[in-house]
Amino acid sequence: MKPFAYLRPDSLTHASQLTEEPSAIPIAGGTNLLDLMKLQVETPESLIDVNKLSLSEIGDEGEGLRIGALATNTATAAHPRVRSDYPVLARAILAGATQQLRNKATTAGNLCQRTRCYYFTNIDQPCNKREPGSGCGALDGIARLHAILGASSQCIATYPGDMAVAMAALGAEVEIMNAGGETTRVPLEDFHRLPGDTPEKDNILESGDIITGVILPAPVKGVQLYRKVRERSSYAFALCSVAAIVNMEEGRIGDIALAFGGLAHKPWRDKRVEEALKGTEPSLKGFDEAAEILLEDAQGYGENDFKIPLTRRTLKAVLCEATGMDT
Amino acid sequence: MAQDYTPVPAAKENMGQPIARYEALQKVTGAKIYADDLPVPGRPAYAWMVTSGIAKGRITSIDDSAALAVPGVQMVMTHENRPPLGDAKTFSSGGLAITELAPLAGPEVHHDGQPVALIVADTFEAAREASFKLKIAYTEDTPTATFGSPGATQKNLKEVNPSFEPIRFNDAGAALAGSAHTIDSEYYTPIQHHNAIELFSTTAYWDGPRLVLHEPSQFVWGLKNAAAEQLQTDSETVRIKSPFVGGAFGSKAAMTHRTALAAMASKQLGRPVKLVAMRDQGFTHSGHRQETRQRVRLGCDASGKLTGYDHTQWEFTARTTPYSNGGLEKTAAMYDFKAVKSDNYVVQGDRNVPTFMRSPAEVPTVYALEAAMNELAAEAGIDPVEFRKMNDTRVDPVKGVPYTSRSLNQCLDAAAERFGWSRRNPQPRSMRQGEWLIGWGCSMAMYPTQMSPSTARVTLKRNGTASIEVAAHDVGTGCYTIAAQAAGERLGIDPTRISVQMGDSRLPPGPVSGGSISTASVTSAVANACDRLNERLGLPADATADQRRAAIAAMSMPELDATGSWFPAELDQKAVDALYEGGVRIVGGSTDKRAMYAFGAEMVEVRINERTREVRVPRIVGAFAAGHIMNPRTAHSQYLGGLIWGIGSALHESTEIDHKRARYTNDNIAEYLIPVNADIGEVDIIMVPEVDDEINVLGVKGIGELANVGTPAAITDAIWHATGIRIRDLPVRIEKLL
Ligand SMILES: Cc1cc2nc3c(=O)[nH]c(=O)nc-3n(C[C@H](O)[C@H](O)[C@H](O)COP(=O)(O)OP(=O)(O)OC[C@H]3O[C@@H](n4cnc5c(N)ncnc54)[C@H](O)[C@@H]3O)c2cc1C
Ligand code: SF4
Repeated sequence: MKPFAYLRPDSLTHASQLTEEPSAIPIAGGTNLLDLMKLQVETPESLIDVNKLSLSEIGDEGEGLRIGALATNTATAAHPRVRSDYPVLARAILAGATQQLRNKATTAGNLCQRTRCYYFTNIDQPCNKREPGSGCGALDGIARLHAILGASSQCIATYPGDMAVAMAALGAEVEIMNAGGETTRVPLEDFHRLPGDTPEKDNILESGDIITGVILPAPVKGVQLYRKVRERSSYAFALCSVAAIVNMEEGRIGDIALAFGGLAHKPWRDKRVEEALKGTEPSLKGFDEAAEILLEDAQGYGENDFKIPLTRRTLKAVLCEATGMDT
Repeated sequence: MAQDYTPVPAAKENMGQPIARYEALQKVTGAKIYADDLPVPGRPAYAWMVTSGIAKGRITSIDDSAALAVPGVQMVMTHENRPPLGDAKTFSSGGLAITELAPLAGPEVHHDGQPVALIVADTFEAAREASFKLKIAYTEDTPTATFGSPGATQKNLKEVNPSFEPIRFNDAGAALAGSAHTIDSEYYTPIQHHNAIELFSTTAYWDGPRLVLHEPSQFVWGLKNAAAEQLQTDSETVRIKSPFVGGAFGSKAAMTHRTALAAMASKQLGRPVKLVAMRDQGFTHSGHRQETRQRVRLGCDASGKLTGYDHTQWEFTARTTPYSNGGLEKTAAMYDFKAVKSDNYVVQGDRNVPTFMRSPAEVPTVYALEAAMNELAAEAGIDPVEFRKMNDTRVDPVKGVPYTSRSLNQCLDAAAERFGWSRRNPQPRSMRQGEWLIGWGCSMAMYPTQMSPSTARVTLKRNGTASIEVAAHDVGTGCYTIAAQAAGERLGIDPTRISVQMGDSRLPPGPVSGGSISTASVTSAVANACDRLNERLGLPADATADQRRAAIAAMSMPELDATGSWFPAELDQKAVDALYEGGVRIVGGSTDKRAMYAFGAEMVEVRINERTREVRVPRIVGAFAAGHIMNPRTAHSQYLGGLIWGIGSALHESTEIDHKRARYTNDNIAEYLIPVNADIGEVDIIMVPEVDDEINVLGVKGIGELANVGTPAAITDAIWHATGIRIRDLPVRIEKLL
């Protein structure tokens, strides 16, 4: 283990100042960060424990809901308003990890969890995300879990989480405080980035930024589903997942929001797909066309080629269920 | 719906009492002591094994200055400075070493994860920190990863194992050519790792010339002798302590590099040294189930009677040590074949050495045979259960020796009745519920009854209690309890009044706990010791409880002990003597005298999502017959664990390897998938009574490796029944069903 300083600031500004050091990393539940530290993938000189900050509350914000950065995944999934107004979020969280992990995992930590790419987590392997310029081991290696959308020649990793996929469909915003003490809100869709030429950056956070919460907009009408496809029924990451909010109006698809997990470096949302479905009568043909739009630019890397047909099938299954169409 | 609670199975005919294992409460409360928990004299130092980051090449330089400068670091051992070691023979040469490669032998790197240095420090953290500061430079060569990789070399198994004989029984080619129905299929089974929850650990300390090793082991007498051989010391001065083993499945039978590394470091530093291989290191440290390819040609006549059977196996193994499981002589014994041909090849690459893993030979070969049986039954239009029953045999057709007992048909009937097999529509894609396609499949399960010589000491006390001492091992199976039950039956004492000591090489030698040997072998030796005691007490075999009580109370000494020993009929007293040198003599399956196997039948229902192709297993039924069942409760656990293992083997488990770099990638148990609770529905186990008077003293057959054999063939057949798709490449994954 590489020695590190462990600091527990009790004010947000102090935490943010401490995190401004480039080699400082905030720690919340530690379920992801500690694993990576053991593997020497993350080597902070100081760990800034944010758990003393009062950021675990979940409460109304106008008609919407504010989920504190330190609210545990268990608390969020069990919150009465989440269960009644944002069931897609409760379902997505409960589809992830295990009860024990969810008891520790926090909103901010979950958003910032890092990829499960095998080359990223093995320091003897090339990986541009871990060590820019060293190459991408997955490109010519084991890439079954990897991206089919939005990848670059530098990195084909996926963002592995579930919670953020539901939040993307809900149109959530991430609240961030920077080192200067300013607070901004960013649409969740814009929080994670595509790898491009800088795969080392998973998201838009800069040194000194602390996530303080996630804000969900006012609830919308409609059926909310989260479908996660994987070999094992529980305790496995998504090969492909779909968060869907679909409101039927007189037999036609009304407002609709779709977000996809396991396919890209970020929760994937493609408004063109939603536009194509909106106002149509549910039909397999229509669903196929929507999938076509979604997967227009999809690219497989050998082992993960199957994600393209799998995504098409999963989208159809979700749309059939959400629109009440008989399969 | 999954059962919340498994009732304690009742004892049926020829079964012992279903008593709870002695240590049950301590295990579930975490109180039980395992090897790594044992106290050591003085403050231990902590070792970190540095493993190679490449699969093939050569170390060109080592710079340990920064590592040694880390406060608390006591030593860095590499090939440049390690003390001399003796040769250690591998299993196939009568030893116990997992590999022919000695620890820190030289600068050559032969496989991913090869130990290249040992760092020892006052704390684990310091050792770990130093490991990142140790600079090792390599020149890298292109490694051979697996089948089809450049540089893979193929040999006939006979070239590396002279005792292997390919089977040529009648003319299989002609028999196949003349068959009404034939199939010709190729199957693939993946790399798998044991991943027992207890990690691989060794704690070593010296007391003058005496070496004590705390190491989870499936063979303490073997390890004691092998460690002494490698460390060039007298085996009498080496002691192995391994009171309980937290899961082994074969991975803790052989001696790995860490034993000598910890012992050498401890000697040099004059203090205890603790060494634990981390989860990812476990993937390259202690072997695995090697990937195999299997080609099976099978035929039957118009009435469904089997004709020819031609089976070739290719096993992928290490360049350094061509470990192989073989096993085709056992599949050749399974049915009434008229002609059999089998061949076995090993293919070598730059990989760590494979080892035994739960039913090593049987998992791949029986999967292939049983998958082929299902395919041929479908081809011939015969129900697969009926097909097996009509091809039952009472003799091993190749060796011509009779089965001591064989209850496959009874198992098939019992499983079929419980499962409702008669309602199966043979047509694929004939059952569905909503978006789930439903299929039913079946398979035979078998495991050779293997036995080994054993000794055991039993001491009878005047107060009516007794104790047993034998260097056997409890790898989680309930071995302590069963030994007490064996003595209890023989001495007429309540087994809870009999204490048992195991897992220490100071005790009278027992067999290796592998190959499902223990129960048959240990209970036979225990029974022999009890018979000697009875004799000395002047008690006839059919003495009444009162007679016994009187005789024990009248003992002139406070206690009376006897050391018993036992060897299977194929061996002699010399095999018992060899035990003291750590020698392994295993007899089982078909010998020149007899065929000894336990059997089972498994039936499974799968559900496959029409769209997403997720596969789920809502129910599985297994019926098993294995001679005298010592304890139906612990037996139930073995069958339950075996069936779940089999489900994982079919649908989840597989170690992925990077083909270019010859390195395992999913080397952790988040990404190496095994079933979780949510994957397991109803598991229904039937124990079919069976009596075998001939096989050993108590008529016992080993069961630990029975239930996971065949399951993948039942599942792939059920998948075919649900979808019409034949998967011949394990594990079944979504992409194969799209
Ligand atoms: C075996 C296993 C299986 C899992 N399966 C799933 C799954 O199926 N689906 C799924 O979605 N997830 C899964 N997870 C991941 C799990 O959800 C994450 O580990 C967890 O959500 C991380 O939360 P944490 O609070 O523990 O984060 P930490 O480990 O504490 O931190 C993670 C990252 O977030 C950063 N961070 C934390 N708080 C802040 C803050 N306030 N501001 C800025 N940055 C911050 C840290 O610096 C760090 O980089 C699994 C994890 C494991 C170990
Ligand atoms: S996919 Fe990304 S994370 Fe994985 S090896 Fe390539 S660069 Fe690294």
